[in-house]
Amino acid sequence: MVNAAQLHEVIERRLVTPVKGDQSQVGMYEEQFRAFTNDSKAAGPSWLRHMREQGMARFAELGFPTAQRGNERWKYTNVAPIARATFAPAPTGRMTAAALTKLAFWNKQWTNLVFVNGKFSKTLSSEMAGGVYAANLADALVSQPDLVRSHLGKYASLASDAFIALNTAFLRDGAFVSVPADTVPTAPLHIIFVTTKTTAEPTVTHPRTLIVVGNGSKVRVLESYITLVEDSYFTNAVTEIYVGNSATVDHCRFMVESPMSYHIGMTRAYQGQDSLLTSVSFSTGTAIARNDVHANLDAPGSTCVLNGLYMTTGQEHLDNSINIDHVKPHCTSREYYKGILAGQSRAVFSGRVVVHQDAQKTDAVQEDKNLILSEGAEADSKPSLEILADDVKCKHGATAGQIDLDTLFYMRARGLDVETAGSMLIHAFANEIINTAPIEQYREYLRDYTEKLLPEFKFVAPE
Amino acid sequence: MTTKNEKKTPLMEIRSLHVNIGPKQILKGIDLTINTGEVHAIMGPNGSGKSTLANVLAGRPEYTVTQGTVLYEGKDLITMLPEIRAREGIFLAFQYPVELPGVPNWQFVKTALDAVRTHHGGKEMDVRSFNKLWEEKMKLVEIDPALMKRSVNEGFSGGEKKRSEMLQMAVLDPKLALLDETDSGLDIDALRIIAQGVNQRRRPDNSILLVTHYQRLLNYIVPDFVHILIDGRIVKSGGKELALEVESTGYEKIKETAARG
Ligand SMILES: Nc1ncnc2c1ncn2[C@@H]1O[C@H](COP(=O)(O)OP(=O)(O)O)[C@@H](O)[C@H]1O
Ligand SMILES: [Mg+2]
Repeated sequence: MVNAAQLHEVIERRLVTPVKGDQSQVGMYEEQFRAFTNDSKAAGPSWLRHMREQGMARFAELGFPTAQRGNERWKYTNVAPIARATFAPAPTGRMTAAALTKLAFWNKQWTNLVFVNGKFSKTLSSEMAGGVYAANLADALVSQPDLVRSHLGKYASLASDAFIALNTAFLRDGAFVSVPADTVPTAPLHIIFVTTKTTAEPTVTHPRTLIVVGNGSKVRVLESYITLVEDSYFTNAVTEIYVGNSATVDHCRFMVESPMSYHIGMTRAYQGQDSLLTSVSFSTGTAIARNDVHANLDAPGSTCVLNGLYMTTGQEHLDNSINIDHVKPHCTSREYYKGILAGQSRAVFSGRVVVHQDAQKTDAVQEDKNLILSEGAEADSKPSLEILADDVKCKHGATAGQIDLDTLFYMRARGLDVETAGSMLIHAFANEIINTAPIEQYREYLRDYTEKLLPEFKFVAPE
Repeated sequence: MTTKNEKKTPLMEIRSLHVNIGPKQILKGIDLTINTGEVHAIMGPNGSGKSTLANVLAGRPEYTVTQGTVLYEGKDLITMLPEIRAREGIFLAFQYPVELPGVPNWQFVKTALDAVRTHHGGKEMDVRSFNKLWEEKMKLVEIDPALMKRSVNEGFSGGEKKRSEMLQMAVLDPKLALLDETDSGLDIDALRIIAQGVNQRRRPDNSILLVTHYQRLLNYIVPDFVHILIDGRIVKSGGKELALEVESTGYEKIKETAARG
């Protein structure tokens, strides 16, 4: 595992040589870091304190990735507004179960881990179901220190990423899910990070999730990032997923934050031999939002499916950066993202699939499709492939277009008015992704949820 | 078939219809009356404007009527939205049916039928009755129910698309069916099934306008009237025997004799 992590780091270093970014608020974060480490509750084992210090130091060195040159990963998303803004650490928030159920999927039969303003809520969280250890990371550090230590920070490398470094610096509460080998937990897991009414000034949280799935096990996990408020705040989330040999992880990510907020979500997955990871995201836009996924196929025979649906409107900006490293032979990957854009919104898809020299017999498909509903909306779609092996099957593609007029006429010629036809087409477009979400009950929820959003995503027929 | 003593009711009256696509004039003065109970065939070489005629009657927005009138059941058709025409009983079976990925056939056709029903002041059909109708019509057009579980026309072969159009027509039961090259891309078996479906629609209260390049389909669906469309004009009209004449002499000859006569 250590070797794998080292390799992962090598890959990240090779992919991106970080350049110095915006350091204007580094002092503010350093001050918050001092207060945070002085807080006795944040203490933890010495290796963790060391890891946090490394995170802070690396963040201070890097600054936020705003550079104009040599900053390929952030080419289409300018994070300067995040870099320049001041954020206070989020205060303790209050939340009722009733309010929570209105904001997100909710099933009390599931194992629920709820975090309010970044802090674990014991009252809103449930007892863990059979076959899984699910707890606040801060508690797991006490009860499962060795297990946590052998995985935490191993897949989300702080070396090359300022957001991961910053998240690591403030590591305390978070979700820890561990499934022992050859086990299937009786219920799916739901990890919820909710932001409630904050102070007058914008606040920041650093949600952290670690999912460790043993060899031959199968787990279903939903992550939700939601809010009660229409405020400006900053969610700086990191999720690490370790998929053991022949293990299956069905993962969904639901991100519906305030349109005025900033959300940077880093998901880093490491896959063992013959493992299967299916991760399907749903995101709405915010002031600046980024769904940044990196799967590392580092053992033969593994498969990963990284799909996503995004719906943006108003002035929102959403960036999906979906990356896969094919390191070993006989691995399969699928990336299928679809966006529905209205208003003046902007969506970015940048995907990068790297097929390393040894990764013969790689089978990789990467595709992004956008449905543009208004003249002011804009999609930048940049799928890319880097192939260093010679015996591979790879393909990528991107499209952006409006509703096709021939299609619309066909439907009208059957008696459907423009509005009915439009919403049927938009829904069909969305359903193609929703149908791939690997958790059935959540899939139903998502179908209803997107249907409720449709009035904001109306098709207006051109004259 | 209409007989001499039967009173004819015009369903559609086309007068001096001129149609442009952009700046280009495609139809250059069409006159045609379709009475209820009649089957008309429009024949003509490729590019003569057959599809344009069928599509303009169904209300395709890109086509502009620059001159002329069309009355449907005595009402001005040209100002009617395409969806209203459909609900009023006009059905265009497309030459190239469109694929609707992610839209299930069942849902699409039920929505279409409900649009017709509510337009006429009725209620949406309950699911059970619709399922019964759906099953029955699938049998009628001999379409594989498994195929109909897929999205509308998605990945269908040319022949499957045409059959799916016939299924939609059978469910929607229009007053005026406009069939645009419904025979193209079909093998003989499929052709026979489609013809059978169309022939079953021949009722005193139904009319059909068939658009075809070849005479072949007319062996199976025998029209009451045949019109030859060349370069945006009907150059000759006649009975079913005109189709055979075209087959033996070709469009060029007909055009020449029509010009002389
Ligand atoms: N969308 C279009 N834009 C421009 N010209 C068109 C368009 N559709 C058809 N045409 C032209 O109109 C003429 C008639 O076409 P069409 O009605 O499809 O003929 P047919 O069905 O008899 O083969 C042809 O010359 C064709 O090129
Ligand atoms: Mg044609």
